[in-house]
Amino acid sequence: MLAAMQSTVKPGNTGPIIEFRDVAYRVGDVQILVGLNLQVQFGETLVLLGRSGSGKTTTLKLVNRLVAPTAGEVRVRGVPNTEADVIRLRRGIGYVIQEVGLFPHFTVERNIGVVPRIEGWADEKIRARVEELLQLVGLEREIMSRYPHQLSGGQRQRVGVARALAADPEMLLMDEPFGALDPLTRDELQSEFLALQQRLNKTVVFVTHDLREALRLGSRVALMEAGHLVTVLSPQEFVRSTDRWASAYVRAFGEGLESVANRGAS
Amino acid sequence: MNWFRFILQNREQVLELTGEHLWLVGTSTLLAAVIGIPLGVLISRRPLWNKPVLGSANIIQTIPSLALFGFLLPVPWLGARADRLAILALTLYALLPIIRNTYTGIRGVDAAVVEAGRGMGMTERQLLFQVQLPLAMSVILSGVRVAVVISVGLATIAAAIGAGGLGEFIFRGLAMVDDKVILAGAIPAAILALGADFSLGWLEKSLRAP
Repeated sequence: MLAAMQSTVKPGNTGPIIEFRDVAYRVGDVQILVGLNLQVQFGETLVLLGRSGSGKTTTLKLVNRLVAPTAGEVRVRGVPNTEADVIRLRRGIGYVIQEVGLFPHFTVERNIGVVPRIEGWADEKIRARVEELLQLVGLEREIMSRYPHQLSGGQRQRVGVARALAADPEMLLMDEPFGALDPLTRDELQSEFLALQQRLNKTVVFVTHDLREALRLGSRVALMEAGHLVTVLSPQEFVRSTDRWASAYVRAFGEGLESVANRGAS
Repeated sequence: MNWFRFILQNREQVLELTGEHLWLVGTSTLLAAVIGIPLGVLISRRPLWNKPVLGSANIIQTIPSLALFGFLLPVPWLGARADRLAILALTLYALLPIIRNTYTGIRGVDAAVVEAGRGMGMTERQLLFQVQLPLAMSVILSGVRVAVVISVGLATIAAAIGAGGLGEFIFRGLAMVDDKVILAGAIPAAILALGADFSLGWLEKSLRAP
């Protein structure tokens, strides 16, 4: 009965695509996350904002089960992700991290083609997909045969995004993907991210500690502090919020945030 | 250059003994790699096994080689042929550097790379064979290289139990108090060690992640 009900929840329908229900995560005596309840809607970019140690990266890793909750459950497409086959689950979710995690011994082409290859796609199909993705993230074809150490930081990050998109997942998890870039490149990549998101309409969970980035990219911003979810607000609400933590953030980042928030929403 | 003339005069025997030496070293290193690399992989994933495995390999390393050859002599099937016995002993000695370097190499792979692979849905097997082992290969090879160089030296002692190899010249020279005979064994052995070191070093460099 329950299974039948769950199967009627299709992506694109009304239900949340990712849902945290009373999730807690503890390592030994250290409480990393407490009582997390959060829903991510189809097609939105939910930004997890918080400082180091606030639990935002852990929250992200709970989705693709790199971390398993010590209490509560995480549902992906309406199904608790502990019930799904973990390998299938992860292949259906794109994953981008700050250090990029590109395989240093693989060329750009092989890096982008990792998931298609382990999924057993034919070589020509992989190659065509890689070329398509390079174009999508604004990279030249010539770059295909290069190794990660021969790329600039911005190029590596683009390859990381292309790799996450390779098997056309519905969802992307991005852990401070632009954190290590210089301000100009970061700005460029943020613009490209917005443009890309308009075309692809993926569900994105995006971790950052940069309020500007959060306001610009997020459709909603979930603010975390010391393992608790403080509040979830739209960028416009966030800059006007009287919440203690939210206003502390806004003060710390200073002037001009209103315009950033409004640009992100446009 | 008495020893040089001696080598030339006895070149057939030198070649034969060098061949035996290579057989002892090559077979034992291969065996040690076949046993040691999987053990190194195992302890990189099961930290509990770490101490007993590395500890045993360490203890083996502390047994004086002549004593180990002696201990193994009465073992039934092994003792029947001296080269079997020598190969087993040399394998045991070669284990430590190979296990340790496999372990270090795999643990040394960038955690972000491994986590990215896992997060993208690679199975543990795919991670091991496509990511961890290739990235650890140059470290593993440098362990093999150390093992080979140690083995070339140790294998000379195998002549004491009649396993052949270049040690025969060395022991004969010692008994005869004749430097040129000792050198006829020692110099080819040194060349073997240097040659193996150089070629494995080259392989290691060419395999290092670009």
